[in-house]
Amino acid sequence: MTTATPKSAFWSGFRNGLPFILGATPFGMLFGILATEAGFDLAQVMGMTIVVIAGAAQFTALAQMQDSAPVLMVLAASLAVNMRMAMYSASIGPHLIDAPFWQRAVAAYILVDNTYAVAISEFEERPLRPVPQKMAFYIGCAIPAWIFWYLSTFVGALFGQAIPAGFALDFAPAIVFLALVAPMLKTLAHVAAAFTSVALALALAFLPFSSGLLIAAVCAMLVGAEVERRLAKAAQ
Amino acid sequence: MTYSQAEIWATIIVLGVGTFLIRFSFMGGFGRVNLPAWALRLLRYTPVAVLPGLVAPLILWPAATGGTPEISRISAALVAVAVGVYFKNVLAAMFAGGAMLYLMLYLTG
Repeated sequence: MTTATPKSAFWSGFRNGLPFILGATPFGMLFGILATEAGFDLAQVMGMTIVVIAGAAQFTALAQMQDSAPVLMVLAASLAVNMRMAMYSASIGPHLIDAPFWQRAVAAYILVDNTYAVAISEFEERPLRPVPQKMAFYIGCAIPAWIFWYLSTFVGALFGQAIPAGFALDFAPAIVFLALVAPMLKTLAHVAAAFTSVALALALAFLPFSSGLLIAAVCAMLVGAEVERRLAKAAQ
Repeated sequence: MTYSQAEIWATIIVLGVGTFLIRFSFMGGFGRVNLPAWALRLLRYTPVAVLPGLVAPLILWPAATGGTPEISRISAALVAVAVGVYFKNVLAAMFAGGAMLYLMLYLTG
């Protein structure tokens, strides 16, 4: 595959990115519906989807706002959910760092879980490919879900204006969060972090301004990292 | 929601800029920095550290019932987690949880 051109790399990425339309579309629609039901107007729904372009963080912000949390706490919780992207950035950055600035800015904007997973496995398989080919693959891989994320949010927002209240939609964010987290519970360390998070968030729920959640999250991260470190040590 | 229009837009923009900076950080935004292993290890656990704590009160004390635990929502949550853990599939978990919720709401009238 050393003969791949940026164009062929782009289409190879595009084909790899197509399945993510299936994942992006229901989430985008649900976000559009729930944000509209919560009182966002169409410009705000689309504004958030276009400016933030990160499903889990958008649902987090929405859940916190429906709880009337202070703006700073809304931001802290949503940005905390996105901190995992620093890890993606650190792992994918070295492959793309020699690309022009504007290309890296675009690549950063569309860095999401799925793009990361596909692109990093491609880059690790063919680490010596030239940077333009790598960048073309990456952008191609991101485009299908990217377009459908905008479109599905828009359709959801239009639906949201038509759906009557009382469809138990209040519980949709809870199911979304559980559906996102459950497949991540792959190791004992992840399970330990999740349990710590639940236990402390409930125990500290009396604290004002949702600050209990942040304390719970920091402790849970430490627990996860420490369990991983100890398991790795024990395995040696 | 009890926010002014300005607050909603400020939240959207700050969240967007912050998210972009996180994503851009190691793509050359802050230069060629290698994250130490312990930092990568911590970052690996951010989603499982934040989301379960966020969701637990929504399940146990749902606002729609005035904060009283309610069997339909709890069973839907359990089904979503079980399907998600078993099949490692987000959409399957989402649809199973939703189906369970409506089934239980229908059965309990």
